[in-house]
Amino acid sequence: MKFLRNFLETIEPKMAGNKYLHTIYDGFATFLFAPNSTTSEGVHIRDGIDLKRTMVTVVMALQLCLLFGMFNIGHQHYTAYGLYPGLGEAIFTKLAYGFLQLLPIIIVAHVVGLGIEFFFAAKKGHPIEEGFLVTGMLIPLIVPPDIPLWMLAIAVAFAVIIGKEAFGGTGMNIVNVALTARVFLFFAYPTEISGDTCWVAYDYNILHNIFGMGAATLQELGQTVVPDGGMKKLLVDSFSGATPLALAAKGGWSAVADQFTLQSLFVGDIPGSVGETSKIAVIIGALMLIVTGIASWRIMLSMIVGAAFMGFFINMFGGYLSTEVFGFATANPFFAVPWYYHLIMGSFLFAMAFMATDPVTAAQTMQGKLIYGFLIGCVGIIVRVLNPAFPEGWMLAILFMNVFAPLIDHWVYSKNIKRRLARANG
Amino acid sequence: MSDTTTAVVEKASEPLFSSKNRKLVVDPLDDNNPITVQVLGICSALAVTTQVEPALVMSLCVVAVMAVSNLTVSLIRNIMPGRIRMIIQLLVIATLVTVVDQLLKAFVYDLSKELSVFIGLIITNCIVMGRLEAFAMANKPWPSFLDGIGNGLGYGAILILVAAIRELFGFGTLLGWKLLTPDTAIGGFLADIGYVNNGIMTTSAAAMFIIGVLIWIQRGRNTKLVDIS
Repeated sequence: MKFLRNFLETIEPKMAGNKYLHTIYDGFATFLFAPNSTTSEGVHIRDGIDLKRTMVTVVMALQLCLLFGMFNIGHQHYTAYGLYPGLGEAIFTKLAYGFLQLLPIIIVAHVVGLGIEFFFAAKKGHPIEEGFLVTGMLIPLIVPPDIPLWMLAIAVAFAVIIGKEAFGGTGMNIVNVALTARVFLFFAYPTEISGDTCWVAYDYNILHNIFGMGAATLQELGQTVVPDGGMKKLLVDSFSGATPLALAAKGGWSAVADQFTLQSLFVGDIPGSVGETSKIAVIIGALMLIVTGIASWRIMLSMIVGAAFMGFFINMFGGYLSTEVFGFATANPFFAVPWYYHLIMGSFLFAMAFMATDPVTAAQTMQGKLIYGFLIGCVGIIVRVLNPAFPEGWMLAILFMNVFAPLIDHWVYSKNIKRRLARANG
Repeated sequence: MSDTTTAVVEKASEPLFSSKNRKLVVDPLDDNNPITVQVLGICSALAVTTQVEPALVMSLCVVAVMAVSNLTVSLIRNIMPGRIRMIIQLLVIATLVTVVDQLLKAFVYDLSKELSVFIGLIITNCIVMGRLEAFAMANKPWPSFLDGIGNGLGYGAILILVAAIRELFGFGTLLGWKLLTPDTAIGGFLADIGYVNNGIMTTSAAAMFIIGVLIWIQRGRNTKLVDIS
C-alpha cells in the first residue's frame, strides 16, 4: 500500500496542470485511499460512510450474481450442444467460457460509461462522481450474454448522457441509469434482447480460438468442421433456449414445469439475462444490502407484497374478467400461474434487490417507500401477465414508478404538513 | 411572447434588405429559433419527422402560410378592431392552410395522405399565431413578411435536421435514397459486421431526445440563451 501512495504523490503535480488529467487522477486517488480533505463549512454527518464506500458495498453484493452468471453462460452454452449437462461437470471450462464472454461486456460498459462520466466531470470542473461504479456492474448483469458490443456501447452512452448527465450527474437522475440502458436496447434493437434465441451464447468465443477448445468440442459432438449456418446447426433437439417466462406465457405453469424443475429455477441454471437467473445469489446479495443498511428493506418487502397481491388477484379474477367481462374466447394461460411462482420466475428478485432500491431514484420517505414498492410490484405483474409484447415487466414497472417517486414523496410530505397543521390549530 | 417582439423603427425610406430586415430572417435560424429557443411547434416536430420528405413539404407549407398570413395581418392591422383580432387572425390562417391543403391534395396526393391531419393542424401551430400577435400586429407589411419567412425557415431547419437523423439511423435512407440499407456498398459492409437500424429512431420519442440534445448543444454554445429564472 505504501508504494501505491508514494506513486500517487509523485505523479500528483504532473496531473494538476491539465483539467482532464487531474479529474482522472483525483477519481482514482480517492477511489484507492480515503481523501484527507475535510468539509470547510458546517458538517451534517449521519454516517461515516461516503458515496464511494456505499457504491462498493453494492458492487460486492453483486459479485455472487456475477460469478454464477459467468458459470451459467458457459453451462447454457455447453448444454445447448448436449455437452456436460450436469451442473457439476466441467465447472472450470464453463466458468472460463462465461468469463471470456462476459469480460468484453463489462469492459465496454465501463470504458464507455466512465469515459463519458470523466469527460463531463472534467468539463464541469467537478471531481468524478462515483455513481457509475454500480451502474457499470449492473449493466452486464441485465443484458443477454451475447449482446453485440456496439449496441451495448450506444445504449450505455445514451443512458449516461440522457438519463444522467442531462439531469446534472450522479444523485440528480430521475430514472435508473442501468435500466435506461436496457430499455434503450429493448426498444432500439428488440431482436437482440427478446424472444427465445438471444438468452444463450451459441457462438465460439476467443476461448475456442486461442486454446483450441473448439476442435475438442467438435470432436465430442462427432463433427470435424462447423456446418454451414454456424454452430446453431449442431444444437440438440430438446434445447429451445426459451426462458421460463416465455414458456409460461404460452402454456402456463405446466409448460414451465415440463422444462425446468423448481430447483433449477431457484439455483439458476436456466436461460436468461446474465445476473438474474440464480435466485440464491440474488437473495444473498439482497441480505448483504439489508444488513449493511444500504438498501431499503421497506421497498423490497412492499414490492413482494405488491407482486403477490397482484398475482393473487389475477389468479382469482383474471380468467373471469377476460372471458366474462371483456369477452375474450379463452383466458390467457399465464393467468393461472400461481402467484408464488411469479416470485421466483424471471428477474423479479434481482429487480427488487438491486434496481427498485436504488437510493437516488426511489421514493425517499418511509411511507413513500412502502407505496413505491407496492406499486412496482403491482405494475410489474400487470405488464408481465397481461401484455404479450413484454414477457417481463420489472424494467418498465421500475422506470414508470421512478417517474412517480417524487409525486409519492410530495403526497407524503403534504399529508404530514396538513396533519401537523390541524393538530397545531385544533 | 412579449420578449420576442422586435420593434422595427418605421422610417420613410428604408432599403428592402437593410441589416435590420436581414436580421429578421437570420435571427430565427439560430438565436431566436422557434423550436429550440421559443419551444413552439413541438407537436408537429415530433410527428412529421420520421422521414425527410414529409418534413420538407411540411416546412415549405409552414413557410408559405407564415409569410402570407404575417403579410395579410400586417396590412389590415390598423383597420382591425382589437376585440376580435384573434378571430380574424385565425380566419386568415385557416383560409391559407385550407388553400395549402387543397394544393397538396391536387398535386402530391400521396404525400398529403402521409402528412394527413398535420397540415390542417398548422392552424393550431403556436408559431404562426405567436408571430402574428408578437410581430405582425405591430410592424409594417414588408418586415412582417420577412419575419414570417425567417421563422418558417427556422422551424423548417430544425424539422429537416431531426428528420434526417431519424431517417438515416431508423431506416438507413435519406430523402428516400438508400444509404445504409444492406443492398448498398456501405450498408452491405455494415450489415456484414452486424449493423442494424435503430428501432427507437422510428418512434416519436427519438424526436424528443434529438430536439432536447439540439437545445442542449445550442445553449452550451451560446450561454446568453440560458434562462436562469
